Amino acid sequence: MAEKLVMVALSPTMEEGVILAWNKKEGDTIVSGDVLCEVETDKTSMEYESNQEGVLLKILRPEGDSAQVGDAIGVIGKKGENITKFLQTISQEQEASVHEASLKDKQNDSMKTDIERKPDTDKLIKASPLARKIAVDKGVSLSNIKGSGPAGRITKKDVEATQQYAVKSVAGIDKDIPLESVRKIIAKRLSESKFNSPHYYVTLSVDMSRVLAARTEVNKSHDKKVGVNAFLIKMVAEALRKHPQVNASWRETFIRQFGSVDIGLAVDRGNGLITPVVRDCVSKGIVVIDKELKTLIEKAGENTLLPEEYSGATFTISNLGSFGIEEFTAIINPPGSAILAIGKTVFTPMCDEQRNVVVRPMMKMTLSSDHRVIDGVLAARFMTSLKAIMEDPIYVLL
Amino acid sequence: MNYDLAIIGAGPGGYVAAIRARQLGMRVVLIEKDKAGGVCLNWGCIPTKSLIHRAHVFSQLKSTEAWGVRVDTSAFSYQHVHTESRNAAATLSRGVEGLLKKNQVEYLKGKASLKDGRTLILANGKTISAKHIIIATGSRSKSIAGFTIDEDTVLSSQGALSMTRLPQRIVILGAGAIGMEFAYIFSSFGVKVTVVEMAKEILPLEDTQMASFIKTHMSKKGITFATSTIARELKKGKNLSLLLESTYGKEKIVETDAVLVSVGRQPHIEDLGLEKLGVHTKQGCIVTDNYGKTSMDSVYAIGDVKSTAQLAHVASKEGEIAVEHIAGKKNIRIIDPDTIPSAIYCEPQLASFGPSEDALRKKTVKIKKFVFPYQALGKAVATSQTGGMIKLLCAEDTHEVIACHVVGYNATEVIHEVLLAKHSELLAEDLAGMIHAHPTISEAVMEAAKGMQEGAIHI
Repeated sequence: MAEKLVMVALSPTMEEGVILAWNKKEGDTIVSGDVLCEVETDKTSMEYESNQEGVLLKILRPEGDSAQVGDAIGVIGKKGENITKFLQTISQEQEASVHEASLKDKQNDSMKTDIERKPDTDKLIKASPLARKIAVDKGVSLSNIKGSGPAGRITKKDVEATQQYAVKSVAGIDKDIPLESVRKIIAKRLSESKFNSPHYYVTLSVDMSRVLAARTEVNKSHDKKVGVNAFLIKMVAEALRKHPQVNASWRETFIRQFGSVDIGLAVDRGNGLITPVVRDCVSKGIVVIDKELKTLIEKAGENTLLPEEYSGATFTISNLGSFGIEEFTAIINPPGSAILAIGKTVFTPMCDEQRNVVVRPMMKMTLSSDHRVIDGVLAARFMTSLKAIMEDPIYVLL
Repeated sequence: MNYDLAIIGAGPGGYVAAIRARQLGMRVVLIEKDKAGGVCLNWGCIPTKSLIHRAHVFSQLKSTEAWGVRVDTSAFSYQHVHTESRNAAATLSRGVEGLLKKNQVEYLKGKASLKDGRTLILANGKTISAKHIIIATGSRSKSIAGFTIDEDTVLSSQGALSMTRLPQRIVILGAGAIGMEFAYIFSSFGVKVTVVEMAKEILPLEDTQMASFIKTHMSKKGITFATSTIARELKKGKNLSLLLESTYGKEKIVETDAVLVSVGRQPHIEDLGLEKLGVHTKQGCIVTDNYGKTSMDSVYAIGDVKSTAQLAHVASKEGEIAVEHIAGKKNIRIIDPDTIPSAIYCEPQLASFGPSEDALRKKTVKIKKFVFPYQALGKAVATSQTGGMIKLLCAEDTHEVIACHVVGYNATEVIHEVLLAKHSELLAEDLAGMIHAHPTISEAVMEAAKGMQEGAIHI
């Protein structure tokens, strides 16, 4: 009896996937656990392992096609089985669901226009319906437009005059870039974080002399050089061990303190950002952390990170030092409640205890905290501890 | 006597301007050589509406026969119809005089001309000085060579309105709004009417579809149309004999008892002394800016003396704008020609604003059209008024209302809802979404607007 082979959710947030390559062809025998195809999900590319057995009778979605979770991508059954009728049923089902989806889209669209017709910020502004529509279509805000109509109402003419001004200042033609699923996820998650968690920021300068010296020392005895990020992760883990309230998450009705310190590191992979996570950093040494980190970063570059390797960081580090950025603020990566933004280490004239000017490798780091979980004093204490650890890494051993 | 404002002509431009000026606290004098209310009220809009109403009632009399009521029309007297039209004009003219009095407008009878930009000379030699002068002297019927108007057998519209007896036959030269209204009046009372029009279609300023709808209906009433035709010559003998020539060169002679010349109106500005003062004119019309100011800062002109649409409602609006400009008001909304309604009162009526469909198709703007017929309206079916339709033209992308053309019963009232939408920049969605009482002719507006979206309900 022929069965549908459907697209499954290969990551927690996946709604749709693109079939990058079929590892099996029509007529191949499939055993449970066989990799059927490679699928690009919202975050990464994954192997789709079959939990069905039989002969792959038909491939319905060729390479490059996308499929919603639940869509049939192939048919599996007995060798030589007649599946003509079965295929008809599948295509009818498909049409029905496409129709349903388009109905839904239409409803959404009409709801959208209703909302767009009266954008929140422009609600109290007097404008004709036509002026509002043109403003929405052209992405012009009504708030800066002076109305020439009765009682100052904004008219079509007023909106168009604004547009002309905007158009004049542009030298080239605007380019609209379609969104990749990674970009959609980043946009959704980060706006949720920034809009929902009240962010605030504290910044400190750290003297990196000893960290750098320690790293030089460690690297003398290792074939593979240990990266600065591994040191940072370890020292942050240590600070988090001291301040477990920072290693926590806002859960609307309670605050969860995590049992493990799982630190994510923001990694750029060309088309978007991903945060591979090193688990249980408190119990791991710097060398182990470094090794794990390198594997994860490599996988991130190849788009092969598994969902459990990039989700659930309890704290995140973002390091733009290598790009020459001196200091910046980052957006918290949920479910964590804080993210540490690392700047470039710069040799800076400083005053030592004897009031002599000395040149020190100084690094600025800024902690973004969710005020619902972490109060200012706690953030300050955490940062002071972290600074102390970094300026005297021997603390890590204590 | 010193005034803030002196206005020459008490037509729908001048008297409205005078009242508006009083509202703004000016000292105003209004001078009229004839009757308050001007051509519109005395020899145009108002008496024709009186005649059209009676023509309509008269032509409906036959419809009662279906339910056994036969009306005896043997004592029909056009003279009485005429009297009623004069009574309506007289009542309203007195009404205007009353309004002027109530608003304390100084109202003088007589002719006036300009001595300079701030001084008027009256026929009796008196002078009037004012800080500003508004010229609102209106227009008179145009005549054509060979058809000298004698108001006996060769008539202007004023002559036609003065007639107390109907001719048996009449030829109407010009199938514009005035020509078509008289064609309707005369033919309703049993006169044999021939309409001659130089252009290819009757009502050449209107949407072709609407105009040809009217033509079909009027032809059924027994009116003969000669389009693409010029009246060449008139011979007066026992009867009048008219030589018509079509644009293809075909000649034809038509016998008639009277000729109505309704080929347009020309500004009435010759004896004002404008040339002497150097007030600019172009092709017989006074040139002004958007607020009515002429080449002389203290002199304004409104209404038919300009090249803008020769309509009473345009003159009134121009009067208000000019006065507000003189008063130094800011943010005055000037007239957008595409929001001027046109109304023609024969049955079926025709009302419109904005360009015709053909004109819009020639422009680059992408148009969405929806035509909703009266046949699909409950009210039209119930009252046997199914001859009509509304044509709504909107911008394809925004659904902005661009133009609307309505033909049929009540069209001249129905148009205003759509015009308000255009004037206030409402969208088709706004018209479509508003609840319209059922059954009404106005439902056609809602249905046509729905046609801009997913579709009308009743078609």
